[in-house]
Amino acid sequence: MPDSTAIAHGAHETGSNTHDEHPPYLRHHFESTEQQADAAGFAMWLFLLTEVMFFGGLFTAYLIYRNWYYPAFVSGSHQLNVVWGTLNTLVLIISSFTMAMGVWCAETGRRRGLVLSLSLTLILGLGFLGIKSIEYAEKIEKHHVPGFHYSLQSFLDPQSDRAVFSEYHDKPLMLDMARHTEVYFSLYFLMTGMHALHMIIGIGILGFMIFRARAGAYTSGHVTFVENFGLYWHFVDIIWIYLFALLYLISRH
Amino acid sequence: MSEQIELGEHQHHDEQDEDAHHIVGPGVYVIILIALLVGTALTVWASFIDLGPWNPVIALAIATTKATLVVLFFMHVKYSTKLTKLTVGAGIFTFLTLVSLTLADYISRAWGSW
Repeated sequence: MPDSTAIAHGAHETGSNTHDEHPPYLRHHFESTEQQADAAGFAMWLFLLTEVMFFGGLFTAYLIYRNWYYPAFVSGSHQLNVVWGTLNTLVLIISSFTMAMGVWCAETGRRRGLVLSLSLTLILGLGFLGIKSIEYAEKIEKHHVPGFHYSLQSFLDPQSDRAVFSEYHDKPLMLDMARHTEVYFSLYFLMTGMHALHMIIGIGILGFMIFRARAGAYTSGHVTFVENFGLYWHFVDIIWIYLFALLYLISRH
Repeated sequence: MSEQIELGEHQHHDEQDEDAHHIVGPGVYVIILIALLVGTALTVWASFIDLGPWNPVIALAIATTKATLVVLFFMHVKYSTKLTKLTVGAGIFTFLTLVSLTLADYISRAWGSW
């Protein structure tokens, strides 16, 4: 109650001039812009924690199945192209950097810098999805998408898959183990697919922010939206850092 | 122009305040970017060497180092309030607890039955 009394009292004293005393973006249930920004940042982190739990379930499933069906997961992993994976990691890390620069531009009131940073982030995000779609196309061509048309050929007869065989010299898997490669690809598509969905949503929001930033938004003190979107974008980057290690790198031998 | 100057004064004032909003500059971001690129090169290079059971350990250690850099600097946690730090720590703690309890269950379930 003391708070509301104070506000009511203040409003009575200053009359209709209350809006001149604070920035227009300060909501009346916050005492200061700092408190408002802290609350928004805290809420964003709580959202990211739910995201950690969401992806955490997928990571845990991957860990358990990899231990159960280890040979299938190794052979499945050998189907992924490390060059594309590395390139995508670089693209995403650089996009995180351009996003961080965007946050700095917003904080220091640089409108053109902000628009440029957000645009570069958007282009790099699209580049990531482009490379991902090249990889998905390879899987579709080889019938490595789980479902009715899934093909075990690369795993029952590795020599028929020349490009992969020349690099890894995999031994043929027994039929029941070869079937478990479908579990690997289910998790591969689930994890990279959910990650890509986050990227697509992020790119949509980036487009919206570029549109607003061009009109002068975010650079006159109210930077919360850009900062919190930055947290989201960096979080998606972190998920990829782990996906890259788990899906592409750890099963190469 | 006057807005820019006001903003600058505002920042100066904030730097003296303990809980104030800290602005991380391009210098820090460039250093972190380079560290992340080097980390990526390292982890790819390490994956080409056969280290047996150490391959996953090294890959995950490098990934965790990279993630920590992103969280501390790109996501400003190093410069943020104690509440944010506690929130991030609680999230990591909860995640690790859930993963290790789940794995403990799966690993120990068949004990004694072979």
